[in-house]
Amino acid sequence: MIEFRNFSLTYPTGSRPALREIDLVVPRGQICAVVGAEGAGKTTLAGVISGVVPHMTGGDPTGSARVGGRLLAKTQPSELVGEVGLVMQNPFNQLSGARFSLREELAFGLENLGVNRAEMIRRVEAVMADLGLTALASLSPYEISGGQQQLLAIGSALVMRPAVMVLDEPTSQLDAVGAGLVFDTLETLRARGVTVVLFEHRLERPARYADRVLVLGEGRIVADGPPTDVLTDPRLAEWGVAPLRYTTAARRAAERGLWEADRPLPVTLEAAADGFAAALKSARTAGGL
Amino acid sequence: MVLRIDSLIHRYPNGTTALAGVSLAVRAGERVAIMGPNGAGKSTLARHLIGIARPTSGTVEVDGRDATGLGIADLARSVGFVFQNPDDQLHAATVAKEVGFGPRNLGFPADRRTALTTWALRVTGLTAEADSHPRHLSFGERKRVALASVLAMDTPIIVLDEPTTGQDHRSVTLLEELVGDLHKKGKTIVAITHDTDFCAENFDRIVVLAEGRVRWDGPVERWLEGAEDPSVSAFEQPQMTRLGRGLGWPAPVVTVDSFLDRLTDHAETGVCPPSPRPLNT
Repeated sequence: MIEFRNFSLTYPTGSRPALREIDLVVPRGQICAVVGAEGAGKTTLAGVISGVVPHMTGGDPTGSARVGGRLLAKTQPSELVGEVGLVMQNPFNQLSGARFSLREELAFGLENLGVNRAEMIRRVEAVMADLGLTALASLSPYEISGGQQQLLAIGSALVMRPAVMVLDEPTSQLDAVGAGLVFDTLETLRARGVTVVLFEHRLERPARYADRVLVLGEGRIVADGPPTDVLTDPRLAEWGVAPLRYTTAARRAAERGLWEADRPLPVTLEAAADGFAAALKSARTAGGL
Repeated sequence: MVLRIDSLIHRYPNGTTALAGVSLAVRAGERVAIMGPNGAGKSTLARHLIGIARPTSGTVEVDGRDATGLGIADLARSVGFVFQNPDDQLHAATVAKEVGFGPRNLGFPADRRTALTTWALRVTGLTAEADSHPRHLSFGERKRVALASVLAMDTPIIVLDEPTTGQDHRSVTLLEELVGDLHKKGKTIVAITHDTDFCAENFDRIVVLAEGRVRWDGPVERWLEGAEDPSVSAFEQPQMTRLGRGLGWPAPVVTVDSFLDRLTDHAETGVCPPSPRPLNT
């Protein structure tokens, strides 16, 4: 679905490439989480996949980048509407400013595509139900909270039924309920064959939901693999990514003999609880305490 | 009390009641985290502290002065507010000018302005970006510029709205050090956050808002015990708290260090540790 071949890009004002020699294939129906330090190229990668970079920012790309078989260098951002949904980090920047209620805001993109009214209503109501926005339907997009605006931005992308969803820290301002709804929605999308590229700093949900984690460092892919491998890599902090506390606790417990040597380090609560329970059990047996 | 809020009600023109009678007193030097579900009234409450929202009824006292009688510029000497979205507050052509704007506006003498600006850039990790245009920086960096520009105003009270959003490992570490440093300087820090790990590891007191009211107000560890406020279960608790509970420990742990201490006790004695050790040591 997404295919980069030896892709590099330098911005007009940049002294060094924002992305370097990216080789990446994300198949249909995969949730791929991208992590990395500030300035590692995450926003640029999101921009390239969604067609914003370099068409609206300038920049000199080499190599090739394709989404759904289309060569992005020859595709205008407007041609990707309906194909790629982008949810930006600051939801406020994404409001149309032209609509007076959440329901109308959600319908805005569909109106522009000329989708018929019955279909439009069906899609908008379904997305509001999925994201817990139904009770807010008639409020202005400007009088809801920051977190609710974030859900609205995600909803505005979802109603378009894109084949690829690109989300930049989609749950950063959400409470546990809102974040849970968003990730449940991403799982539903995966089941429907939608490709999801997720940019995150907080790793607990990506560790559970993502099929794959990609680490960017200074514009390059420095690690790529399943969450259990990448997120337990001892170099993670060097790459500017905070390890999960579960992983840190197990690594330090292992130094005290309180994590079994042959057990992989955990990235989820369940794996951590199982591992520590086993360690406590064997400590009792071994020590006869 | 550096902040005293009494029976504060805020109703928006459309009839929505954002705050339904909030009372809260904060002592100078406290580190208070305000949590609550989306739409609970957290940001509205913060807006009252800087005068961009005014009470429908009730009172807000900031630094010993009745905030309702004060202008926004006057309150800005007492409360520095770092917005959730940095783009709401950035306007200058370079990072250094942005950060220098506040102290200049407050009429500080040149040497104090320079000292504050230099310090604010350093503690936010932005010294090398002093001459950059804020719009050319990443979202995380712009958030730190917004933070630096508030720090440079040297206010006794600092309010942070979702400070960890968009911040990488290094920046969160800087932020944690900064909260500690500001606390040592006697500043009062109020943070609105959903990040329970950040809150539990760096703040002393938690205020939980729900539907415009204070649901819980007290020490973080007591809140995490959950007995006194069942609403705690609606929050994503710190990773170590959930893990400790998963191992059957009765008292909550918050940090990796306290978890490892408790784990060692458990392994040595063979029983669940009954009483908590001091947290955040």
